[in-house]
Amino acid sequence: MTAPSHGLRAILRSCARDRKVVTGGGFILFLLVLAIAAPLIAPKDPLAQDLIVGVTPPHGFAGAEPGYWLGTDDLGRDVLSRAIYGSRVALTVAFVAASLAAVLGSILGLLAGWYRGWVDFVISRLVEIWMAFPPVLLSILLVAVVGAGVGSVIAAIVIIDWTRFCRVVRAETMVQAQTDYVTAARAIGFARLRILTSEIFPNVLPMLIALVSLEMGIAVIVEAILSFVGLSVASDVPTWGGMIAQGRQMLHQGWWVLAVPLVALFLTVLAFNWLGEGLRRALDPVMRR
Amino acid sequence: MSAPILAISNLSAMSVRDGAPILRGVDLEVARGETRGLVGESGAGKSTIAKAILGILPSTVSVTSGQARFEGADLLAMAAPRLRRLIGEGVALIPQDPMTALNPGRRIEAQLTDGPRLWRGLDARAARALALKGLEEVQIREPERVLRSYPHELSGGMRQRVLIAAAFALEPKLIVADEPTTALDVTVQKQILRLIRAMQSAYGAAVIFVTHDLGVVAQICDKVTLLFGGRVIEEGGVAQMMEAPRHPYAQALLAACPRYDRPSAGLRPIPESVVADLRAELAREPAAR
Amino acid sequence: MKLAAQRLVMAFVTLFGVATIVFVLLRIVPGDPIAMMISPGASPSEIAALRAHYGLDASLPVQFLVWLKDLARGDFGVSISLHRRVLGIMAERLPATLELAAAALAFAVLIGGGLAVIATLLSETRLAGVIDALNGLFLAVPDFIWAFALVLFFGVFLPVLPLSGRIDPSLDVHFVTPFYLLESLVRLNFVALIDVSRHMILPTLALGLPLAAMITRVLKESLREAMVQDYVLLARLKGMSRLRLVLQEALRNAIAPTLALTGVQFTFLIGGTVIVERIFSYPGIGNMAIDAVINRDLPLIQGLALVFGALFIVVNVIVDLLVVATNPRLRHG
Repeated sequence: MTAPSHGLRAILRSCARDRKVVTGGGFILFLLVLAIAAPLIAPKDPLAQDLIVGVTPPHGFAGAEPGYWLGTDDLGRDVLSRAIYGSRVALTVAFVAASLAAVLGSILGLLAGWYRGWVDFVISRLVEIWMAFPPVLLSILLVAVVGAGVGSVIAAIVIIDWTRFCRVVRAETMVQAQTDYVTAARAIGFARLRILTSEIFPNVLPMLIALVSLEMGIAVIVEAILSFVGLSVASDVPTWGGMIAQGRQMLHQGWWVLAVPLVALFLTVLAFNWLGEGLRRALDPVMRR
Repeated sequence: MSAPILAISNLSAMSVRDGAPILRGVDLEVARGETRGLVGESGAGKSTIAKAILGILPSTVSVTSGQARFEGADLLAMAAPRLRRLIGEGVALIPQDPMTALNPGRRIEAQLTDGPRLWRGLDARAARALALKGLEEVQIREPERVLRSYPHELSGGMRQRVLIAAAFALEPKLIVADEPTTALDVTVQKQILRLIRAMQSAYGAAVIFVTHDLGVVAQICDKVTLLFGGRVIEEGGVAQMMEAPRHPYAQALLAACPRYDRPSAGLRPIPESVVADLRAELAREPAAR
Repeated sequence: MKLAAQRLVMAFVTLFGVATIVFVLLRIVPGDPIAMMISPGASPSEIAALRAHYGLDASLPVQFLVWLKDLARGDFGVSISLHRRVLGIMAERLPATLELAAAALAFAVLIGGGLAVIATLLSETRLAGVIDALNGLFLAVPDFIWAFALVLFFGVFLPVLPLSGRIDPSLDVHFVTPFYLLESLVRLNFVALIDVSRHMILPTLALGLPLAAMITRVLKESLREAMVQDYVLLARLKGMSRLRLVLQEALRNAIAPTLALTGVQFTFLIGGTVIVERIFSYPGIGNMAIDAVINRDLPLIQGLALVFGALFIVVNVIVDLLVVATNPRLRHG
């Protein structure tokens, strides 16, 4: 007696057919390859400074230097290579933070939705209070007090955005808990935990996966904001946010230093968005047209 | 004997999606002031005919031949603005579900004065007086209070009366009543039917009753048109149709109805053979005449 | 009425919760504000005196009670980094943020709502698909990216708008209130009005575009649902034009779900002022917040937490009231 679910192959097939999943997922995969193989793909050392070629525009513009395809910044560092290496931090934070936030939020959401009563009351009030504080400010506060570094950035994102997952999972759990098959399971005497994991969770999973993808897009943005403010990883590690901060300062000398990471960020967020939307459509049997 | 108010001749229509025939050469003439019952099971084509008369055929239905003449002018060949005026002033609909047919966000007065202000050029005060009179005609007590009310403050029966008042507001020549009593309590149904009949004879309007309920037909119709599979099976005066129908399908339909005057006669389902014969006959016809 | 009172109480509880959590958080995590503002080589007694001056030498519960007592008197404390009363700082900078948020909201509602209506009117044509696609694209772009895209575009390629500040410093105008936009409008000082508006355009766009995209998506969907209802069909039969159908019949019933979601997103918009104001060097409370946090300016951070929390609550209350006001069914009983 299992809740309605679909075979894995059928799911994969409908995913493969969805245009958004393919495009978004494809780009993320491409980015993953870039990040992992950065030392092999990046034309130059992202940290190497060469003031002689400082502030040169991208290939195709007047004054461009050969070999520096997307130009250089004021210290002569290759923008393209820095952008490629920047994807490492972005993706690491994205995957880890989003997954952890999902786990934390889901557990709390499941508990709140299943046990109701005072457990739900406490958790729901917690969510409300959490949401009353600007997320950006909260993340800055957290990282500022805990200290910079990838770990604290990830922790900040998890601590801030678990509420997103909690609300969704709680709502879904409450709905599922009312359904006939769960009531029947309870009547037969299945242990609560078993019901939770075998009946409710598989039905929450599609929505969850889509949310995780969206959350990854958010995580990338938060990381960029934090490194823009100077609170992310150590300053010599290239990040998109750091490049954006730098580009903002030298906007009129070299606009490409701002443009390149901005475009990279935009495409990445878009890809995660599309992946999430596409997955939600492909995995949710109700929404399937 | 004046010309019929509505003359549908040889109307055929098919589904755009799969070419399945929806109407097969339907002929239907309604005289001025006549009450016509349009009877058939679901999918027989009666609501399609109603939509054709009202000018709201969906884009999924394509008319392949025939005409629908209202006061001599073909509704199906008319330009949109002229059709809008003709239907707005001359034809009215009494809808099936009074709960959803009134805008929950507007007061009754606003909804009743729309038509008269639009087509008779009345100002707010004159239109209100007209609406008040209309409410009195449908025997609503406290018409002033009803005018000020929102739909959710009225009972289902009262809402249907309001809708009837709205239908007769512009003194239309033809009214299409789409199963107007299905959504009502049995006790209220009879009142509403009698009210419609009374209003109709007062205003001299023709009424087409779209219904699957032979009981309704027996109570207030003059003539009956029976449909099956988009074709007119039989047509005739209500007395003759109720007592001695000619077509086997019509006979079977009658036998399947509970009769208050012959309670011991029991119910007999329509024999499968009758339906099969009809279907075979329809299948043998060419797609459109 | 009883429900309203209940909500108000819950609101205060939430506000209190926010303030408490921030208060506690600031004092249990590492980072000493005093250490950040003293000059190197200060003697321990000087440090201790400074600490006592700001009341940071007492125990946590005592500090909390003192803070509450001061709050009740309207005393929000003194900013450690700016050396001024927190309340005064807020009064000075909050109006700038309020004007910005209001402008962004107005923009989002007008443009987002307008597009939704247009898309509904054109729903049978191919243009609707284009609007849909664009909308989907815009939805994915957060205010952070919009801000920099605007900086890039209007900084390098089309330098016709100012990229920072609230008003041209060389402009000869003296404001009585911190509400520059409103005041210049009321006093009919068009030179100042135009200048303040020009400075607000880019940050307003950065904040308002994400909200506009969301409003378009949600309102369009609500309108679509409303347009297939029976009462719209009946109105259509009466002979109403399509424009009238959308505006008079469908819109009022489509607003309620849009309102609730807009309210939530608007609170996010307020949170977005933190980064957008920073990017455009716009002198509101958002801009100040980042520095306050980095400098561990406890009183200022607490004051900001209260202000942001209060804004959040006010917005929620207003949205709730509007939802009731637009739904006749909720008004009676």
